[in-house]
Amino acid sequence: MVVRPAGRLRDVTSSLLPAGATSPAALADLLGAGGYLADDGLAAAAYLALAMGRPLLLEGEAGTGKTALAAALADLLEAPLIRLQCYEGIDASMALYDWDFPRQLLHLRAAETAAGAAGTPDTAALEGELYTRRFLLARPLLAALETSPSVLLIDEIDRADDEFEAFLLEILSEYAVSIPELGTVRAAVPPVVVLTSNRTRELHDALKRRCFYHWLPHPSIEREIAILRARLPQVTERLARQVALAAAALRSAGLLKPPGVAETLDWARALLVLGAGELDPESAAATLGAVLKYREDQERASELDWRAVLSSA
Amino acid sequence: MPKQPDPLLAIAGFARVLRAAGVAADAGRIAAFTAALDWLDASRSADVYWAGRVTLCADPDDLPRYDAAFAAVFGGEGIAMGPLREPPEALTVALAPAAAADPLPAAGDGSRQRLRAAASTTEALRKRDIAGLSATERAELARLLATFTLPGELRPSRRRRPAVRGPVDRRRTIRSALEAGGELAKLHHHRPSRRPRRIVLLIDISGSMAPYADALLRFAHAARRGSAPVEVFTLGTRLTRVTRELSHRDPEVALRAVAAAVPDWSGGTRLGVLVRAFLDVWGQRGLARGAVVVLLSDGWERDDPALLGVQMARLSRLAHRVVWANPLRARPGYQPLAAGMAAALPHVDDFVAGHSADALVALAQVVAGRRAQSAAGRQLGDVHA
Repeated sequence: MVVRPAGRLRDVTSSLLPAGATSPAALADLLGAGGYLADDGLAAAAYLALAMGRPLLLEGEAGTGKTALAAALADLLEAPLIRLQCYEGIDASMALYDWDFPRQLLHLRAAETAAGAAGTPDTAALEGELYTRRFLLARPLLAALETSPSVLLIDEIDRADDEFEAFLLEILSEYAVSIPELGTVRAAVPPVVVLTSNRTRELHDALKRRCFYHWLPHPSIEREIAILRARLPQVTERLARQVALAAAALRSAGLLKPPGVAETLDWARALLVLGAGELDPESAAATLGAVLKYREDQERASELDWRAVLSSA
Repeated sequence: MPKQPDPLLAIAGFARVLRAAGVAADAGRIAAFTAALDWLDASRSADVYWAGRVTLCADPDDLPRYDAAFAAVFGGEGIAMGPLREPPEALTVALAPAAAADPLPAAGDGSRQRLRAAASTTEALRKRDIAGLSATERAELARLLATFTLPGELRPSRRRRPAVRGPVDRRRTIRSALEAGGELAKLHHHRPSRRPRRIVLLIDISGSMAPYADALLRFAHAARRGSAPVEVFTLGTRLTRVTRELSHRDPEVALRAVAAAVPDWSGGTRLGVLVRAFLDVWGQRGLARGAVVVLLSDGWERDDPALLGVQMARLSRLAHRVVWANPLRARPGYQPLAAGMAAALPHVDDFVAGHSADALVALAQVVAGRRAQSAAGRQLGDVHA
């Protein structure tokens, strides 16, 4: 390994940091202004990923804000968010590009008709016309390479097959793709790449090595209150505290599916819709369906001593 | 980094500690760490911590190791970590409680009680010496594995493949028409292809299963060579994922890796708690969904069997099929009376034996979806008993 003296490693040309983000804390402030509250670790991870132009691999419980971070970064960079939802059997024609065959066929027919009137068609020119950019359908990966700047969200990468991962690795290391009929498309500015995984299977080490890694835990009570207040300004401090405390209690109750921040936000919204000024056992029972989606969990939650949980609010 | 004057030296030392702790901090990651530090304030401990965590870790399992290594190197205290790889003790099957290892005479009620108590309550954090196998056993297992495969049950996939009949493959049809100058000469068809389902093996390595643990792990190792994705976990006093350890081609190397990774050989059994841990951390998230889940256990439960029943119900709702292989099933006159087994059985799709080479082959048939033959396990068992 060649280690260069400190000070020369900072390659500012590849940095995608927005203006004003001079440190992780400054980036967290910028994200916070947009309504996304990042803790120290996530801010550092996002800062480094932006500064060094590396993909960011996020893992964590469902509903802890993995996908929301990509949206927040897109907002902050004023760049479009291009999302690639992975699923089993996804392949290059779904993720990268595809030729628009029906349009090519139509074009061919139209050219033939025109040629029938005018004389012999120029076959070589016709073929050349068929494989031009306008017959190419850009799928999310190509769209992200062609749009600068952009934020590319590759969601639930663990759902795709291994082969797709290898293919993705190729694109993420070069930020370029070669289309045999057209040539190479290279991103003018590499997109900001956020990958999320639910860990239903182990990702390949090679892909992990390309990425910066961050594990998103459930937020602390204070942070959750801040998130609730930032996302739902109508929620009172008291209600936010009650909901956050109740969510924390639910998370430690050994449920099948502990609620994430997304569920807590839904819960607070449901309470607002019902006009409940605060969380008490009655309003909690009425809105529990917003947080807990399993019958067993709801039964267990009904056994909880809500008064004790909420008394510290 | 107050202790070392040269930051690069400190980084190199930190990397060594990390690697010793089991975090795969290779040169590429270290370079990324160094570059990341350049963007942050290297004199602030928190910045160094996060730069390292983001660049050097790649797995939630890495995080506690990283924290420990970081505290040891930059925390100011001396290196507080114990030896990470203890020399394997030469402990073998003999450590299993005698009664549990041979529960054959367990017909009466009194002895059943005794057996439940025999599942050791102390979490024996010891590592079984796999090198201590007898030569005949080795030869037998090698013969078994030479012929062994574990094909997965097939399911329709989202991918399609060309077929003679079926829906029209629009893309291929148009492409061939393009080649023919825009003339639709031939319709192409396609059909969903079929792929093997995921197989999840949960192997009980507690004291009462000690005589079988080695063979079952070899079974799992052989299974991983097939085309079906296979995930392997061990159940003892805690749940350990050993899929990675088993990925080495050489079974001896793989089993040695497993022996080093599993902290709880021949301890007590807490099936209910462990099945719940499996479902919470892995199963519900997707690992068990649509999979064929195989439990290899004798069903001796130290804790409340009701919990195991509830968790097995949950598992059977998630998984495509739940198969339970119980070595005791082959014994003549066996009744599933062990409290855990009785609680689990209503939620098990196939209940087979798993005590001998033949029984494992029969188990593979069941996993592949060739319906048991519910008596087959017992017949094979009788031959071997």
